[in-house]
Amino acid sequence: MKAFDFSRLNAIVVPLLAGALGLLVGAVMLLALGANPLDAYAAMGQGAFGSPNAFADTLVKAGPLLFVGIGTCIAYRCGVINIGGEGQIVIGALCATGIALTFQGASAWFLVPAGLVAGFVGGGIWAGIAGVLKVRFSVNEVLSTIMLNSIAGYIMTFFLNGPIMDPTTRDNSIKIPQTQRMPNASDLARWVPTQLHAGIVLAIILAVLAYILLWRTTIGYRIRAVGFNPRAARYAGISVSRYQVLAFILSGGLAGVGGAVQLLGVTHRLFSDGSILGFTGNAGFNGIVAALFGGLHPIGAIPASILFGALLVGANQLQRTVQVPSAFVTTLDGLIVVFVVASQIWAQRRTVRVDESRSVGAPQAAPVPPPHETVVTK
Amino acid sequence: MISELFTLNVLVGILTSGVRLATSYLYAAIGETFGQISGVLNLGVEGIMLVAAFAAYYVVLQSGSLWLGLLVAIIVGAAMGLMMAFISVTLKAEQGISGIGVYLFGLGLSDLLNRVLIKAPQTVNGFANIKIPVLTDLPIVGPILFNQNLLVYGAFALVPVAWFVLNRTTFGLKVRAVGQNPGAADTLGISVAAIRYTTVTLGGALSGIAGASLSIALLNVFQNNLTAGQGFIAVALVYFGAWKPFRVMLGCLLFSMVNAFQLWIQVLKIPLPSDIALMLPYLLTVVALMFAARQAVAQPAALTKPFGRGE
Repeated sequence: MKAFDFSRLNAIVVPLLAGALGLLVGAVMLLALGANPLDAYAAMGQGAFGSPNAFADTLVKAGPLLFVGIGTCIAYRCGVINIGGEGQIVIGALCATGIALTFQGASAWFLVPAGLVAGFVGGGIWAGIAGVLKVRFSVNEVLSTIMLNSIAGYIMTFFLNGPIMDPTTRDNSIKIPQTQRMPNASDLARWVPTQLHAGIVLAIILAVLAYILLWRTTIGYRIRAVGFNPRAARYAGISVSRYQVLAFILSGGLAGVGGAVQLLGVTHRLFSDGSILGFTGNAGFNGIVAALFGGLHPIGAIPASILFGALLVGANQLQRTVQVPSAFVTTLDGLIVVFVVASQIWAQRRTVRVDESRSVGAPQAAPVPPPHETVVTK
Repeated sequence: MISELFTLNVLVGILTSGVRLATSYLYAAIGETFGQISGVLNLGVEGIMLVAAFAAYYVVLQSGSLWLGLLVAIIVGAAMGLMMAFISVTLKAEQGISGIGVYLFGLGLSDLLNRVLIKAPQTVNGFANIKIPVLTDLPIVGPILFNQNLLVYGAFALVPVAWFVLNRTTFGLKVRAVGQNPGAADTLGISVAAIRYTTVTLGGALSGIAGASLSIALLNVFQNNLTAGQGFIAVALVYFGAWKPFRVMLGCLLFSMVNAFQLWIQVLKIPLPSDIALMLPYLLTVVALMFAARQAVAQPAALTKPFGRGE
């Protein structure tokens, strides 16, 4: 074991402080809404952890966040930003739907793995588009992934309004944009009577695998090298663009698996409530929040996802008992992102100092402007 | 059916709605242009637009005064812009992700306030169309350009103003200097932080007007996620327009025309699935971004890079 590393401690303490600050600002907002913050947070805690069922719900909500969050970690470690989780979830779920509806009579041994793989492939391709657009056409990935989110939503509603619409409602006067129920054989194993399903276990396994990939394999080393210093990576003979696209595919693939898991484990049918939010529950964005909170580390993303899953489940209780709309939690999520990102300045300052003392004249990530002479005090 | 699309009336209809729909994109994108030229990517535009749109709607609903609503939207937008400036300039946070934070904050807050404060949703009397004497009677261009509401005129008037400020004033020179080479600007005694605070706050205020142009001029109502991604598209249009106000305007118009076209396809019941039609503007944006990047227009060298002396 290495000597105790303060930057590691920072990676845990800083997000916690930022989260606490978020809750504090949230408390002020609750006061403004005329609710007692203590009662409100107690209700949320009760709703999220109060019973085995409640905790199972929290874990179920944490699932999609974790899938997206692991992907976010991989992309971030490679120096690319993937905020297309929403679209990748949807395309993954759509591909899994295709498998489940095409092979209706097949056994669970085929349907479940095939559905999950289809989710990975779909989400991976969808994110891969953004990756190729970035490395071949230098299209900013933040913008392309956001556009791809909208496009994915319309692809989904196109299919829901046509080829895969529930045949029993197709002839009704009011058409509902949803599929029939997926065949029972495609259901993920569930711990009855709770809603907890095997997808959560899969998410945790994948988080561990992602950790091993990133820190214990050559591919992972190269992914991180590209993210840490693309120029140095290029000098070392690593194809920066290839690994950036790979990071996109892995990250989107994981989100796609998340979509497939949501379909096969929770909703059992694909549907639209006018936007893609009905199906995704904004997990594509909330997963990024969870990943950030977990220090952009796949293992850290596990407790972080559970925490944010708890917030989401707690929000429903909040609405029931203290009549604060659950949109409060989205606001809180936003605040926490801002605080976590903004607090990186304290974590980074320390790292910068350490780096300076260790390496003099290391290659820079990007061409830096010529040194200027106003450096006196800070 | 398809031929119906090319009658004069329909074409005028498409162009008229296209010009009107460009309004919110224009305010937001021109505002974002200022921020980006100075080196700050504000991805929170969407969230700012949402909160400002709600604020304007609420104030108009309560007071009946459109001007007060607009003013509040500007103040709310500027305040949120100031917040983004504090995060990205003073705290030097990663701009892409913090923008997502501001977006989520705005999305949640506007929905929350809407649910708490508005018991029964109702429309407001928004900015009415103003006919410009003589010009509005011109054939074809009259109805397209000179029978719009005040905020539409304002949006298009903003473009030359923005161009002038950026290219013909000392302030504009400073903005560009700070975005290209903050170190050099700093040695010349320009406060990088002050310039960036100004541009991002200004961008926030304009995003506020963009939100208001939806809730109290175009749609005259507020609902959850009213902007539906417009703020993000506005940010993309700044890239597409290569940080030049007139090209940004072209991008906005192109985008809004495709949008208007798509609406008319649905109105005329042309057998193109509505989902495919709705997808068109976004597909177009992706393709446009590909071409914009291919032209190898240099983006502001310091875009997304926080500045600190001696770093």
